[in-house]
Amino acid sequence: MTIEFTVNMFGKSFIIPETIVNVWIIVIALLIFAAVVNRKVKQASVDEKPSNFLNVIEMYVEMINNLIGDTMGEKHIRFGPYIFTLMTFLLFANLIGLIGLTPPTSDYSVTLTLALITFTLTQYYGLKNNGFVGYLKGFTEPIALLTPLNVIGELANPVSLSFRLFGNILAGGLIMTLFYSAVGFLAPLIAPPFHAYFDLFSGVLQSFIFTMLTMVFIGGNLD
Amino acid sequence: MLQGITSEAFILGCSALGAGIAMIAGLGPGIGQGHAAGKGAEAVGRQPEAAGEITRTMLLGQAVAETTGIYSLIIAIILLFVRPLLTAYVNLGL
Repeated sequence: MTIEFTVNMFGKSFIIPETIVNVWIIVIALLIFAAVVNRKVKQASVDEKPSNFLNVIEMYVEMINNLIGDTMGEKHIRFGPYIFTLMTFLLFANLIGLIGLTPPTSDYSVTLTLALITFTLTQYYGLKNNGFVGYLKGFTEPIALLTPLNVIGELANPVSLSFRLFGNILAGGLIMTLFYSAVGFLAPLIAPPFHAYFDLFSGVLQSFIFTMLTMVFIGGNLD
Repeated sequence: MLQGITSEAFILGCSALGAGIAMIAGLGPGIGQGHAAGKGAEAVGRQPEAAGEITRTMLLGQAVAETTGIYSLIIAIILLFVRPLLTAYVNLGL
């Protein structure tokens, strides 16, 4: 299934590719999901035990909070909402391949955007916590001779972060396409374990790793 | 030597070869990730109560070790699907 739009703007026509449309689908689904959870949480009474649905949500929120506590420190729990949204979005984006849509993360623009958010947050907190001079001084460590290497190393972070997610998801999709064309009509019998590895395992692992690295990068520049 | 082969076909063939050669870089991450997994298994054997922490650190290290392999994969994919060399040749206008 492919949905594509052509938009006419400023006298030019832009093609909005399928992956971007899938991002919108995920965002709308997550918004509806958030509204449902919000209503359920507000209706729930404190004296009763939580319903199954709320229990799972609580476990998920608690897992993210524990992860932040372990990697960034308990006092930086205010990053919770961003990390939570990032993790949920990436999970949905990577797993949408299971229902036959193209994963948005197999489009480099999506992963680069997410990596640039991480990069901006990292640099912002580096500037804020060390001051401008301290921030610049951080590049000359351990000796001034290594400054170019440090700058390149800092700039390589968003590149490697985005390419890792993009490459993994794109390669998974490519291998599945090749696999389907190789086995032909036998695909429904043989494909499920491959989907379990390339979509489910790889997708969940990559979203975890992206979130984890985001936390480590930002946490490294916090006090 | 090249009679019967158009220049475009030659460039496409060489791009495919280049993509294959680029993927040799997949050796490195394979060895590195296997080593990390082995050390992780050792650590869990020695200290089973820290299994969660060890697994998390191992996965993080493996993800970073994977970077070079992903770079080569990107180069292979670009050579195969974006075909920059063919575009460059067409733009030469020979």
